Amino acid sequence: MLSKIVRTVANQLILFILTFGLYIIAHGHLTPGGGFQGGAVVVSGVVMLLVAFNSQELKKSLRERLLTIMESTGALIFAILGFVGIGTTFFYNILVGSPVFGRIPPSGAGPGDFWTAGYIPPMNFAVGLKVIAGLTAVVLALALFASGEEVEE
Amino acid sequence: MATLITHSPILIIAIPLVTAFLTPLIGMANRKVRDALVIVSLAFVVVLVFALARDVVINGIRVYTLGATSPDLTIPTGFMVPVRIILEVDGMSIFMGIIWSIVSLAAAIFSLSHIASETGQNRFYTLLLLMVAGGFGMMFTGDLFNLFVFLEIASISGAALIAFRIKFADTQEGGFKYIVISAIASLMVLFAIGLLYAQYNLLNIGAIAQVIQYTTLDKIALALLLIAFTMKAGMVPLHLWFPDAYSVAPASITGMLVITSHACMYAAFRVCFTLYGSMLDAPVAGWILIVFGLLSMFIGVTMAVFQKDVMRFMSYHAISQLGYMWVGVGVGLAVLGNAEFIAAYGRDAMSGGIFHILNHAMYKPLLFFTGGALFHCTGTRDLTKMGGLAHKMKWTTILYIIGTLSISGIPPLNGFSSKILIYESVYQFHPILTITGIITSILTLASFTKAFHSAFMGAELPEYKEVKEVPRSMVIAMVILAAGIVFITLFPSLVVDWTIHPAADALIDQEAYITAVMGAIP
Repeated sequence: MLSKIVRTVANQLILFILTFGLYIIAHGHLTPGGGFQGGAVVVSGVVMLLVAFNSQELKKSLRERLLTIMESTGALIFAILGFVGIGTTFFYNILVGSPVFGRIPPSGAGPGDFWTAGYIPPMNFAVGLKVIAGLTAVVLALALFASGEEVEE
Repeated sequence: MATLITHSPILIIAIPLVTAFLTPLIGMANRKVRDALVIVSLAFVVVLVFALARDVVINGIRVYTLGATSPDLTIPTGFMVPVRIILEVDGMSIFMGIIWSIVSLAAAIFSLSHIASETGQNRFYTLLLLMVAGGFGMMFTGDLFNLFVFLEIASISGAALIAFRIKFADTQEGGFKYIVISAIASLMVLFAIGLLYAQYNLLNIGAIAQVIQYTTLDKIALALLLIAFTMKAGMVPLHLWFPDAYSVAPASITGMLVITSHACMYAAFRVCFTLYGSMLDAPVAGWILIVFGLLSMFIGVTMAVFQKDVMRFMSYHAISQLGYMWVGVGVGLAVLGNAEFIAAYGRDAMSGGIFHILNHAMYKPLLFFTGGALFHCTGTRDLTKMGGLAHKMKWTTILYIIGTLSISGIPPLNGFSSKILIYESVYQFHPILTITGIITSILTLASFTKAFHSAFMGAELPEYKEVKEVPRSMVIAMVILAAGIVFITLFPSLVVDWTIHPAADALIDQEAYITAVMGAIP
């Protein structure tokens, strides 16, 4: 556990890191980034907490069971979104033209319209969920191994 | 049913993928339901594969474009080239798919009791199903980049599965070697794809095959692809990791890893025959495959003769048997472009090589499973410490005998039918190939007889007084594969007509593969 200054700053900073990570996930279809990149940013916040506090402290609030459920759910949502369009073809973008993410953006330069790209944003959310859960489990397991603790099954 | 067959190329990949992520959720609640789900989904995939196989043999190549308004719309309106993810299933792809579906089902059934005492079983089944999805993807994809992606999925899950039994130290070493070899191989594949993409701005195999020029860069890409895939398939002299990784994995996984080797072999054939095809300097490439195939055959079997570890012994035999396929298909490649030689013996040599893939995919997992059964009962892989087990393990003994006779090419078993096809056709190409093949076959029989004698024959040993026959699910898994052997033994011509000849013709006929994606050339 590091000094009180570091812990206080980490406590304040984690909100900004989470917001930035979620921003990158949500705007994956407009700006560089997406589910994986945004998820990695969120997990970098978890790594910061791991450094500021310690792994035992963090283990109390992050249950392995919850992480497993989150990871599998993210992957399942992604696959199910693929199956939604199977009436036409697998991965067929049925959301195009619908009110949800269905607008067709005008061509040319512009600020970007959030409600476009069909089911690519939902897929980014699903990938983001999976990456956050999976990478958190990985860094937590590494930290617990490094501290010499037996990782429970 | 027609809709199901239309969508079956993607369903065969997607169903194991979805099940893979369902297993951890369901496994938390109930283990029995999870096991049932795994088996049922793989059994359904077997049904889909057979339905698709029948369709492909009757109606020809089936393409599936993901995200298009219609599955066969490979080139979107307003584009000149394919841009979407395209799956392309021809005779050779579906042939590999049949093998992979049967072996993965048998492996999942075998795992039920084989890993019953291990921790983290939810993860085991997730990885197993991911590996199944990756293998099917490699076989069905019509796109080079997806080939790389699915190769990575199959390799990474395979490495995790090799290292799964963390209570043994050697599994970690085997898993590490496998992941290093896989990483090198897949980076080489990625680099080769980059070379091709830089020149042609294309990733689809059929589209590249149409415009490929066989420049120096293409030759470098070919060399990288061939080295990567032959390394992953365990061809001598890149076989050193092979026994280390395959002998330590759980036996069910070893059986599946053999088929991933075949999938890499399939990818090498796809690159030679379909991607480069008529542009390829076929005799040189063919002779390279033949020479290293001969080396694999002979060195593999001579290394196997003196092994004492039962799984290691069988791994070396796998290297040696893979050599037969390289030689058979290599002869076909060497005479590619010469219609007269293809008709005289090239097609038969390729059919023999491809038929041997099917036979090997039945008897080698069976033998690995019997090795796993021995390990399950005795707790050792050392043949010198075993003995007299035939008194206790009757089913395993009988199934081991079937596998042994088949791998040694004893008539009338299936190993004989494919070996005689290879011997007779490659003899016309060069007699030395047949001679090496027969010597290898003799050595195979000799070493398997020795292993049989030391494990099963003799008086009952006092330390194995308590040994019982393996649990029922392991016997069922072995019986599935043995039934495959018996079926091929009884109806070889049926199997050859329905699966082997379409597969060989699919490799030879590059035009059809290109036309299925690019449309008829005006």
